Amino acid sequence: MTANELLPLAVLASSLLPGLVIFALPEERVALRTALNLAGAFAKIGLVALLVAGVAAGEDYVFRYAVLPGIDLVFKADALALLFITLSTVLWLFTTLYAIGYLEGAPHRSRFFGFFSLCVTATMGIAMAGNLFTFFVFYELLTLSTFPLVVHRGTEKAMRAGTIYLAYTLVGGTALLVGIVWLHSLVGHTEFAHGGIASALGEGQAGALKAIFLLLIAGVGVKAALVPLHGWLPQAMVAPAPVSALLHAVAVVKAGAFGIVRIAYEIYGIEFAQSLGLLLPLAVLAAVTILWGSLRALFQDDLKKRLAYSTVSQVSYIALGVALFGPLGTIGGLVHLVHQGVMKITLFFCAGNYAETLGIHKVSEMDGAGRRMPWTTAAFSVAALGMMGAPLTAGAVSKAWLGDGAEAAGMGWALWVLWASSLLNAAYFLPILWRAWARPLPAAWPDEHIPARGRRETAWLLLLPPLATAALTLTFGIFAEAEWSPLAWAKLIAQREYLQAAF
Amino acid sequence: MTEPLPWLILLPLAWATATFLLGPGRGAWLAIAGIAVQCGLTFALAGQLLAEGPQPHAAGGWAPPLGIALAADGLAAVMLLLTQGVALLLALYARGYFAPGDQAARHFWPLAGFLLAGMNALFLAADLFNLYVTLELVGLAAVGLVASGGGAAQLGAALRYLFATLLGSGAYLLGVALVYGAYGTVSIELLLPLVDADVPRAVWFAAALMLAGLMLKTALFPFHFWLPPAHGGAPAPVSALLSALVVKASFYLILRLWLGPFAPLAAAIAWLPALLGSAAILWGSWRAIRAERLKLLVAWSTVAQLGYLFLIFPLIAAPGPALAAGVMQAVSHGLAKAAMFAAAGVVIHVTGRDTVAGVAGVAGRLPLTLFAFALAGVTLMGLPPSGGFLAKWLLIDAALAQGAWALAAVVIAGGLLAAVYVFRVLRQAFLDAPAVEAAHPAPPLLEWTAFALAAASVLLGLRGMELLRLLSVGSAG
Repeated sequence: MTANELLPLAVLASSLLPGLVIFALPEERVALRTALNLAGAFAKIGLVALLVAGVAAGEDYVFRYAVLPGIDLVFKADALALLFITLSTVLWLFTTLYAIGYLEGAPHRSRFFGFFSLCVTATMGIAMAGNLFTFFVFYELLTLSTFPLVVHRGTEKAMRAGTIYLAYTLVGGTALLVGIVWLHSLVGHTEFAHGGIASALGEGQAGALKAIFLLLIAGVGVKAALVPLHGWLPQAMVAPAPVSALLHAVAVVKAGAFGIVRIAYEIYGIEFAQSLGLLLPLAVLAAVTILWGSLRALFQDDLKKRLAYSTVSQVSYIALGVALFGPLGTIGGLVHLVHQGVMKITLFFCAGNYAETLGIHKVSEMDGAGRRMPWTTAAFSVAALGMMGAPLTAGAVSKAWLGDGAEAAGMGWALWVLWASSLLNAAYFLPILWRAWARPLPAAWPDEHIPARGRRETAWLLLLPPLATAALTLTFGIFAEAEWSPLAWAKLIAQREYLQAAF
Repeated sequence: MTEPLPWLILLPLAWATATFLLGPGRGAWLAIAGIAVQCGLTFALAGQLLAEGPQPHAAGGWAPPLGIALAADGLAAVMLLLTQGVALLLALYARGYFAPGDQAARHFWPLAGFLLAGMNALFLAADLFNLYVTLELVGLAAVGLVASGGGAAQLGAALRYLFATLLGSGAYLLGVALVYGAYGTVSIELLLPLVDADVPRAVWFAAALMLAGLMLKTALFPFHFWLPPAHGGAPAPVSALLSALVVKASFYLILRLWLGPFAPLAAAIAWLPALLGSAAILWGSWRAIRAERLKLLVAWSTVAQLGYLFLIFPLIAAPGPALAAGVMQAVSHGLAKAAMFAAAGVVIHVTGRDTVAGVAGVAGRLPLTLFAFALAGVTLMGLPPSGGFLAKWLLIDAALAQGAWALAAVVIAGGLLAAVYVFRVLRQAFLDAPAVEAAHPAPPLLEWTAFALAAASVLLGLRGMELLRLLSVGSAG
């Protein structure tokens, strides 16, 4: 086995192996568990850095293993895979640090971190999947490994959320499976390739191909929380804050959005998808989701629920970018995959801090929170402004490219959707900021756990991750044109997809 | 022992007799050693098959139609491997399960030996009458195992089972007699060229009788009435043996006849087994979802999972992966169901309670057992990367290739229903329930054997190629 085959496997192993060992650890081995978690996270960052350098230089990293005649498990670390992998790997490190602080002294930590590592492994598998078969294997693995995290608290409410989560994702997975097997029986394989593989069938199979597209998009649309398949996401906010971060930024909804990208570009091929007339319905669906999510977010008093509806809305920017036929929209959608992750994880970290430190769970309890917790609130403000698309933030970059893409594609209505969404974002985020910064301190906090000590407004492990991701939000906005920025990488991907696709 | 076939039958007979004399203490280790040797022999046989092709063997040097003929092809080898592998782990499990001096253990080891001898003979027998003899041996040993628990409810279940198995093999025997009357031979090999589509009515009747008898023994809906009480009531190692292996033996026989001598007749009734199989999946899953008792839930799940095996029959005539799907399902269900009964046995052993709700209290104490149950559940739901997933993939693939959308829909629905009953149990593990004071400690041997079986059922998903390569050796492929 050559090094280029081993590297993708090593990326999987760097979270799988620590996870398996952690399962076996007794609850009280805190130091060893922490060491394993961090060793895995740092090892993965190192491996991913190697991959990024290699792929930028044009190397191919492919591992192939035959499971059944004609069906292979394929891992392929290409530019698109690395966009997702790098995001997840970096955010995994922050989330792990945060979770260590968040769960201090809580029960079942070995179980928690074990499944957490499995989740990240599944995400890596989804990102590196070289065909739909492999994608499906890890997509279902992600469902199974997130369920224990969603129900981690063990309360009836958590159980109900877990059941709803399973009902949505397992049914979605079934639709995906049928679509994949059907496609496999028509084409003979399900490899991801630049320019797609479905076009080989030609227009003669248009009916079947449209039905398969519907099944596949419904399957990944559940995790991407496309309306009307989004019902599980607001429910799942009962999970602990690090799990919300995982669901909303690192793994789950991203896996769905990423699936849409792979299916549109590398199964159907963007030109062929356009000629079948599949992109316009997808764009409309994305637009409806963007507006509906934002509208629902307006009316949520529960902070995490408001953020959850905001995710429903924001993740569909990615789908919209895909559906805007043309390289500009592609770049906007791809870069938003990273930007949304960084911004949304900040918001969930901060929401977790408010809840853990002061017992704040509702927007209406936020009065004066900025005075008591200035750093957390500053991070929250940066991310919220980013979500609105304020200048100098990552969100502004996403929206600019998406807007250009909409114009270039001649879809002026999509511009209106983006503007309307920005207005709605402002309408549900600005009141929070206003309450936190401008309103006076309340007489007492709902449930203060962690008293302020000097400049330390909460535990360090809770404070540093959101500050770091907020800093990334600004960095990606200000240095968008740097050659190491997510934007530059998204341009590289778009260049490769479109150059190869232009037969 | 250059010739593994007869030894696979003689060896379990030998240790069955010896364990009867030695008693359950030393006898258990002898049995485990015996099964380990059988495992080695089966692997040797599989290697031989892959290298040299199908293996005929005439016992005592007499060729058919006079002698007792044995034959092994890929299909037989796969079933033999499954049987010895599961039996070895379950024997280790049983060694830890039965308390010293347990009355049930005295009967368990000899009966298990006879059961394995019968199963191995069944997989290797090459004529219809010998198959009947093996069928009876398996049936009676299995009834004995169910009754060995000793309670009144178990005796009732055993009697019901006895009735079913005798009726089933009786119908089969009647069919064999009719075939003999029509053709003057019962050798599968000699019958192959004789049977064609316009056979006398007596042969049609014979085929129908044999099929019905075997369906009764496989507990295919609506003949499943005997299975849940028998499998749900027996001691855990027995439930596991029966649910994982014994019902597969009669399925194997149906498959043999369907692909072999009765192939020309099969096309006319191919939809009947699939229809009953679909009903089994839906009804069995529904009852599993409603079950209060843990072992009954697992037993009803067997009724459902056996249904998948019968979905392949309308698809099997055309080239495609239908046979592979059926065998993959048989193997992965065998491993997973053995694991699930073993895990349920640990939970019941520790708490002394056989209820689904009772899992909640012990989940924290038995993480490995719960993990084993979960992995087995992954296989039963047909989720990746398990063997059950490959079976489901192949089955949907075969169904779609032949435009059998209804079958694909049943497979899909069955997977989702399985998720409902599996997660009914698993969610207990995460409930914030007060820990129950355990009645007994959990022996690590029990937990680890359950886990090994479950892990095997999942890892099978990564070794599908080897299984299919072996399966394709000889006539079955």
